[in-house]
Amino acid sequence: MMFVPGNNPGMMADAHIYGPDSIMLDLEDSVTMAEKDAARLLVYNALKTIDYGNTEMVVRINPLNTPYGKKDVEAVVKAGVDVIRMPKTETADEVRELEAEILKVETEIGRVGETRIMAAIESALGVVNAYAIATASTRMMGIALGAEDYSANLKTNRTPGGAELLLAREQIVVAARAAGICCFDTVYSNLDDMETFRKEVELIKTLGFDGKSIINPRQIEVVNSVFTPTEKEINKARAVVAAIKEAQAKGSGVIAVNGKMVDRPVVLRAERTIALAVAAGVIDKEEAL
Amino acid sequence: MVTIGPGEGLQVDLQSSVAAQFGRQFGRQIKAVITETLEGLGIHDAHVEAVDKGALDCTIRARVTAAAVRATGKDVWKD
Repeated sequence: MMFVPGNNPGMMADAHIYGPDSIMLDLEDSVTMAEKDAARLLVYNALKTIDYGNTEMVVRINPLNTPYGKKDVEAVVKAGVDVIRMPKTETADEVRELEAEILKVETEIGRVGETRIMAAIESALGVVNAYAIATASTRMMGIALGAEDYSANLKTNRTPGGAELLLAREQIVVAARAAGICCFDTVYSNLDDMETFRKEVELIKTLGFDGKSIINPRQIEVVNSVFTPTEKEINKARAVVAAIKEAQAKGSGVIAVNGKMVDRPVVLRAERTIALAVAAGVIDKEEAL
Repeated sequence: MVTIGPGEGLQVDLQSSVAAQFGRQFGRQIKAVITETLEGLGIHDAHVEAVDKGALDCTIRARVTAAAVRATGKDVWKD
């Protein structure tokens, strides 16, 4: 998910060319108060006009308790955005309030149920309430960590190893998995240190995140290379799935592949590997199995 | 950049690097987008000064709408 400032029409026009899975146009922190109205109109017109193809379009709105939040919802829902990212989410009630605002606009334009919600968790209270937030609405498609505000709220600093974020990251992954939705990690801002960025992406993949927020097209390749299964992993996954299909056809639940027992969790992991490989475009859906 | 002031009818003064470089058809297109946007907002009398550096039509629409909203004090979104 690539962050793009909502007050920069050039970046908004070009962002999808680099091939991110999703683009988040920002109306919140990257836009000054004096430019909120103009940025909202730029984002509205960009979403209405530019062909972003299959790229998932997300807009980060301003909080609903500011003078800008409700107007942001009206504009982006009318423009047909895929996902609204709600900043600084702390409680399930805030999600339900956003849901009601979305429904109001969707009802007005006759497009009910199309807009999904992603909640950014950026405080200790948000982390504590992560599962309640994740399950607050059927529109919830994911929760995401916002690490800068979270670190400030914890009264600590960001470090290269990310020790200060460990609990929040794990809590967000667990809450998302329990709720059956996606989870996305925070941004890494130092574009001159791609090595630490890669380590961070490897860490969050190991923790179970579905993806990483990025601030520059240069970061896309690193994220994709970490999340894309290797040929060896794909071949192993295919062998597992093929073996379990054969076993099921024979009425057996447990099998062995290359001398190792294969049971349900192994099959689930193999299926996810294949799904990731298809999503990354390294194998066709038809040839997946 | 777009500025809007009082006027009779819609008068558009355009400075465009694209129109200067590639010909009058781009100037006509940009003026048409500005005029359509203002008419869509119910504004039929205004003097518009626009400086264009090759913006997409959607950006011009956004800039013109923002200038009109600020000039009239009437927002396009609900309060």
